[in-house]
Amino acid sequence: MSFHPASAPDYLPRAQMDVLQLERLQRVVQRAWDRVQLFRDRVGRFDGVHCLAELANLPFTTKCDLRDTYPFGLFASPIEDVVRLHASSGTTGKPIVVAYTKEDLDVWTSVIVRTLAACGLDRRDIIQNAYGYGLFTGGLGAHYGAEALGATVIPISGGNTERQIMVLKDFKVTAICCTPTYFLHLLERAAEMGIDIAALPLRAGIFGAEPWTDAMRARIQQGGGIRAYDIYGLSEIIGPGVAIECEEQDGLHIFEDHFYPEIVDPDSGEPLPEGVEGELVLTTLSKQAMPMIRYRTRDITAIIPGPCRCGRTLRRMRRISRRSDDMFIIRGVNVFPSQIETALLAVEGTLPHYQIVLTREKGLDEMEVLVEVTSEVFSDKVGSLEHLHNRLGAALEHTLGIRAHVRLVRPRTIQRSEGKAQRVVDQRNLA
Amino acid sequence: MKIHQLSLFLENQPGQLIEPCRVLARATIDVRTLSLADTEQFGILRLIVSDWQKAAAILEQAGYAVNVTEVVALEVADRPGGLAEIMDVLEAKGDDASGINIEYMYAFPFGRGDRAVIIFRFDRPDAAIERLQSAGINVVDGVDVYSRVS
Repeated sequence: MSFHPASAPDYLPRAQMDVLQLERLQRVVQRAWDRVQLFRDRVGRFDGVHCLAELANLPFTTKCDLRDTYPFGLFASPIEDVVRLHASSGTTGKPIVVAYTKEDLDVWTSVIVRTLAACGLDRRDIIQNAYGYGLFTGGLGAHYGAEALGATVIPISGGNTERQIMVLKDFKVTAICCTPTYFLHLLERAAEMGIDIAALPLRAGIFGAEPWTDAMRARIQQGGGIRAYDIYGLSEIIGPGVAIECEEQDGLHIFEDHFYPEIVDPDSGEPLPEGVEGELVLTTLSKQAMPMIRYRTRDITAIIPGPCRCGRTLRRMRRISRRSDDMFIIRGVNVFPSQIETALLAVEGTLPHYQIVLTREKGLDEMEVLVEVTSEVFSDKVGSLEHLHNRLGAALEHTLGIRAHVRLVRPRTIQRSEGKAQRVVDQRNLA
Repeated sequence: MKIHQLSLFLENQPGQLIEPCRVLARATIDVRTLSLADTEQFGILRLIVSDWQKAAAILEQAGYAVNVTEVVALEVADRPGGLAEIMDVLEAKGDDASGINIEYMYAFPFGRGDRAVIIFRFDRPDAAIERLQSAGINVVDGVDVYSRVS
């Protein structure tokens, strides 16, 4: 496997990494203290961070904080130093805004270069980037990293499956970036078109933005004749490029010279030791425009003890198994049940009983929202019910930005569990 | 003059229709007539029953969304042109300069002599009754329909 110069920090001896992390941590915490009101208010008295362990004394940052300070409240750089904004879906319809300085973009690019290098890609590769371009961090994040690697980038963005397959074949694409379910969809569609993707030059896929499993990986690798790598990232931290699998495919290496990981008990917030499953908490060590100190990702994982056979010294985390809150990810979009409630409430005036059912059909995730019809909204006319049905569908699509199927059901047919209602039934077979 | 019709929301799935029939049977409520409207997704069962208040209560209790609508039952001459005569009356521009629209209609399985009895759901039931009566068309009283005096 070739070695890219940008990947040097992947192999830094642990002692040097510790020194680098502490130095950067001290700088970023000082920056947040100096420039971010919320952080300063929350910390109270502050006399610096003297060792990495002291990070655990600092307060957490949550998605809620980003929402409350919308849009620019957590910026640590004046807007004239900010060169890029991205946004991701939030819980109230308002997005969460993230900012980058020129230097932040350079860091992002470098971690994507290291990501692609870890997947065995280099300047000879032709990369089809099927992540969405736009406010979503996936498209542009992967794009500039792939260009910096020196690869040939096809900025095809998401959608238009037939064109994706045509380009894949005609441009002799060697690597693709998209969600794992979308790739499964491509495989099926290609088979229908009489094209065997396994017979094409395509040899690697960098898949992320939604949960997937080793069983799915096996299907993708076999069906596509490729190696499938799990990439992890989140807009609040930087976007894609926080962690990546290497050729060993045994956990994701965290680029911890830029993103410092902790695992905490999701309920108590207490730090947990290596190997124990808990919530991933990340601190950006080099971010300028928007430093995140102890950001609660809500993703459940564990740090894998011991070094990786690949030789990288970067610590690894297990693939994300689940999330600690009820947010779910569908087709790369974060959805909270509260968003669905907002949409239903807007149409009906009162909140009906509802349930979200997630399924995976032909490799694509589908969301169906079951809504109980009450005597209040029910009418004897077919047209009125169809109108209600359509309005619910439109409101959901407007709020979520993705299509959701609405199914009207009889009153009291959605199961009421004791205490908290089970709002989300995930029937996607991730096993 | 108006008749109370019950509408039930049904999902378009096997087994959905038998349940309310059983509920009504257990309460010894007689279904005078019914109509079932369906789409790919759901259905609406419209019922004229012997005791609509009791029926509405037990159906709601059994977990149905129930809607009560006022409809009109008309005697329609059972011969060519019988229905058209009624439509003529409804279509004519009345004092308010507009016709009366029919949302849907369905018939009773029994008639009265040489006349059929048909349920009409009008957009303006009161205006319809007034106009039909002054045109000499017999609007069937609720009591007659519920207890089937033919």
